[in-house]
This record gives sequence, structure tokens and C-alpha cells, in this order.
Amino acid sequence: MANFDTELDASGLNCPLPILRAKKSLAGMQSGQILHIIATDPGSVKDFEAFSKQTGNELMESKEEGGKFFFLIKKS
Amino acid sequence: MSEEKKLAIIATKGTLDWAYPPFILASTAAALGYEVQIFFTFYGLQLLKKKLGLKVSPLGNPGMPMPMGMDKWFPVLGTAIPGMEAVMTSMMKSKMKSKGVASVEELRDLCGEADVGMVACQMTVDLFDMPTSDFIDGIDFGGAATFFEFAGEADITLYI
Repeated sequence: MANFDTELDASGLNCPLPILRAKKSLAGMQSGQILHIIATDPGSVKDFEAFSKQTGNELMESKEEGGKFFFLIKKS
Repeated sequence: MSEEKKLAIIATKGTLDWAYPPFILASTAAALGYEVQIFFTFYGLQLLKKKLGLKVSPLGNPGMPMPMGMDKWFPVLGTAIPGMEAVMTSMMKSKMKSKGVASVEELRDLCGEADVGMVACQMTVDLFDMPTSDFIDGIDFGGAATFFEFAGEADITLYI
């Protein structure tokens, strides 16, 4: 797991909250910093891909482990 | 990112279930960088009230899943029993809470924070004699022309 600057635990939250919380977290970060997101919503896998594509914030990693989903997003 | 995209939504329904699509799509689009405006008309104006008393009704709604397979055996007329609406509304709310689905209030607040424009249809406000003091702050009042001023430039327009 790469290093990250901020962590967001969106466990238990459902669409669209993980995306909205991530957007809020990114807003408070500097360009180039990395956000680590933990989610339990299976829909968040596709949603963070789409979020990354549309906002230009790079999705560096997306993985599932033990029923949880982990994402690393680099702020553009 | 290229130039800002725009999403225009017309919200016409005032039930708990139908309150979700406009606010989910508006808040998400705003998070994706869209400029968003929602035009609330007719029953959709209920979504702008400070105190939301939104309900969901099983009446005339055969697609609504009900607990214990009631949608399979419960007589259709039974959905008209007094109190049914309140029961289904509170069940729906507790289900949503347990599944981590945001409340309508929360999504509406997130839309407000994201500068989603909210316009109340003046004609409907007058038609139903709705006191403007019942509505949340920060909304505009306008008519069809106001809607087209924004929607005419929009990339996506949804009627909900």
C-alpha cells in the first residue's frame, strides 16, 4: 500500500455518499496529495472509476479485501 | 478538466421515494464538476420545505417491495387502510438508515453546499397558496422562462 496524506472511511455509506465525501476531502487537499478511501458499497468500485475519469483526479489503486473496498486517489 | 458542464433537472414529485433522484443526481453531478440547477414545480415544491414531511405510499404502487412478501399476498385494497402510509413511510426510513442511504435532508444540504441552484415555480406557489416562509433559504422563484435560461445551455436535462 502506497503512502497517503488523508484517509476517508466511508464504510456503511451508500451511493452517492462515498463520492460526495471523497469530493469534500479532496477539496481540502493540495494538488499531488493522495486520498485513501475505505468503502463497503460495492457500487463504489465503478463509481470511483467514473469519478476519477470525469474529475481528472487519478485513481491510483482500487482493490477489494475482506468485503471492503480500498481506493487511492491522487488530487490533480 | 474541460469547460464546466451543466445539468438541468425538473422535479415534479413530492413523495419520499421520488425525492431521491433529483437530489442524488444533483449532488453527484456537482461533485463531478457540473453546474446544476433544479426547477421545482407542482408537488416537487414539497422538497423545498424547511420541514419535510415526505411520505411514501404503497397505494397504486405495485412495484413497491413490501416486508414479509406482503406485495405478493396482501390485498390491493388493504394498501388503502388508514395508517398504511405512515407505517410504510417509517419502515422505508428505517430501512434506508440501516443501509447507509442518506436522508433527503442530508442530500439537500449537500446540494446547497455544492451551490446547486434551486428554483421554485412561482405559479405553483401561487396556485397552492404556499407561504414562502415555509421554504428553505437560498432558493429563487421563477417561471418557465427562468428554467429555459439555464436549461437552454445545459448538456443534460432531466424531467423527474
